Amino acid sequence: MISKDEIKKVASLSRILLKEEIEEFTEQLDTILDYMNKLNELNTEDIDPVFHIVEFGNVFRNDEIKASLALDEALKNAPQKEGAFFKVPRIIK
Amino acid sequence: MLYRLTLTEILQMVKERKTNAKEVFFSLKKRIEEVEKYVNAYITVFDEEPEEKGLLNGIPIAIKDNICMKDKRTTCASRILENFIPPYDATVVERLKKSGASFIGKTNMDEFAMGSSCETSHFGPTKNPWNTNYIPGGSSGGSAAAVASGEAICALGSDTGGSIRQPAALCGVVGMKPTYGRVSRYGLVAFASSLDQIGPITRTVEDTALLLNIICGKDERDSTSADIPVPDFRKALNRDIRDVKIGVYEKGLEDCSKAVKENFKKAEDVFAGLGAELIPVDLPHLEYAVADYYIIAPAEASSNLARYDGVRYGFQQWRDDLMEMYRETRSSGFGNEVKRRILLGTYVLSSGYYDAYYLKAQKVRTLIKEDFDKAFDRVKAIILPTSPAEAFRLGERINDPLKMYLSDIFTIPANLAGLPAISVPMGLSEDCLPVGLQIVGRAFCEDEIISIAHAFERETCFYKKIPVFKEQI
Repeated sequence: MISKDEIKKVASLSRILLKEEIEEFTEQLDTILDYMNKLNELNTEDIDPVFHIVEFGNVFRNDEIKASLALDEALKNAPQKEGAFFKVPRIIK
Repeated sequence: MLYRLTLTEILQMVKERKTNAKEVFFSLKKRIEEVEKYVNAYITVFDEEPEEKGLLNGIPIAIKDNICMKDKRTTCASRILENFIPPYDATVVERLKKSGASFIGKTNMDEFAMGSSCETSHFGPTKNPWNTNYIPGGSSGGSAAAVASGEAICALGSDTGGSIRQPAALCGVVGMKPTYGRVSRYGLVAFASSLDQIGPITRTVEDTALLLNIICGKDERDSTSADIPVPDFRKALNRDIRDVKIGVYEKGLEDCSKAVKENFKKAEDVFAGLGAELIPVDLPHLEYAVADYYIIAPAEASSNLARYDGVRYGFQQWRDDLMEMYRETRSSGFGNEVKRRILLGTYVLSSGYYDAYYLKAQKVRTLIKEDFDKAFDRVKAIILPTSPAEAFRLGERINDPLKMYLSDIFTIPANLAGLPAISVPMGLSEDCLPVGLQIVGRAFCEDEIISIAHAFERETCFYKKIPVFKEQI
């Protein structure tokens, strides 16, 4: 059973504000998490977890300098910018 | 009616100088003008007339709106990316351009590809061209509906848990998810990185083979793309499938709709008639696939979507406090289904729950993969329905997320196991809604499932059935 307080904590970790939808979300996530308990029917003690479904080992490349995105291109989509920078609210008070 | 033809047919006509890319483009534009108001398959439709060049001779293709195209708005059907203009092309787009493709538009989808009905789009739902009271499936519902309605000749979609195959089935077209690693994910907006794969949605298996030839292959910008030779998939067409051993996942049929059961039985008869050897296979852990997927996919999504903070691109709700700005931006920018999955993913990864949920799910993923490995010792491919039922009505499941998730039961396993899978039309329900047959193959053996799918298509010719808009009568 997931509580409203747990949902609030998870929302805060996710940087999401919940308003009136918190009731509905709590109920829905509780149903979903309850369904996931189905996995506990299986004994997985000696089973290795999947980390890469297709195994290739490490992928290396040469350490060469290549062209990257131009500054104006990289800043093009920024909602707020100043000179060569993304603009954010003051952090150091 | 050029818009009704297949890519292969059009290319043949271009070769014989009977048509050209511009005529095809204007035929599609006219069709879009006529039926887009009923379907809503597109988020953006392009106006640039095509240039004839390369293998594809400028024939226009539709692209799902989570695949980046340089200087073309790419929204992911989300408010948070509503005005995002990518400064680069996805590798698949680059490859299509090199092969002479032009583009007709960016197709609608569930927000961030999270959904099975195309209803979570910020730009309104796409509707099923066979009956506009029904959903087209999702998340690549716009791509599938565009191809089915004649608003596109063929399209690209993306598939994380069935997002190409399920809408293809529900719209009566062909959809393929290649093996994980076959197609570069560079420029595909990430949802669940260990599951996402780009693939074609077309009217015929032949067109799928043609597009796969173009989009597959190693890309140094995606370290998970496989350095494995790409065969000419068209050589897999027109093969005899006599004595080919095909596994049948019979248990899957138990809870399927009448239309799926009946048409699946007929499909088995078709394969028997073609001389294939049908062998029942058991995949004992398949019943755990949905629970497994809805831990792994949201976990990866919660991490991937952390980048939407309103600073570098996308929607921003400015506040004088940075943390407040993050919260306001994300809360107004994401829709409810995306929020639910971010919360779910954050929960299963959070301290104290990681082992119980995420690690457990990755172990069950091993069991699901081993089920397929065992089955593939005996058979070349496995057939099962793409979706347990035909399309459902708009609005029917939107407030019941678990019920929505369960409609992915047959498509999710191929993503979890990284295997290639194709959906081909296998008939219509009594209400004239399409159902799909799914063929799952061994890793990097797309050619084998193309052979089987093409043999089935030649025998049944379901692709010749096309939807009629009752609104137009």
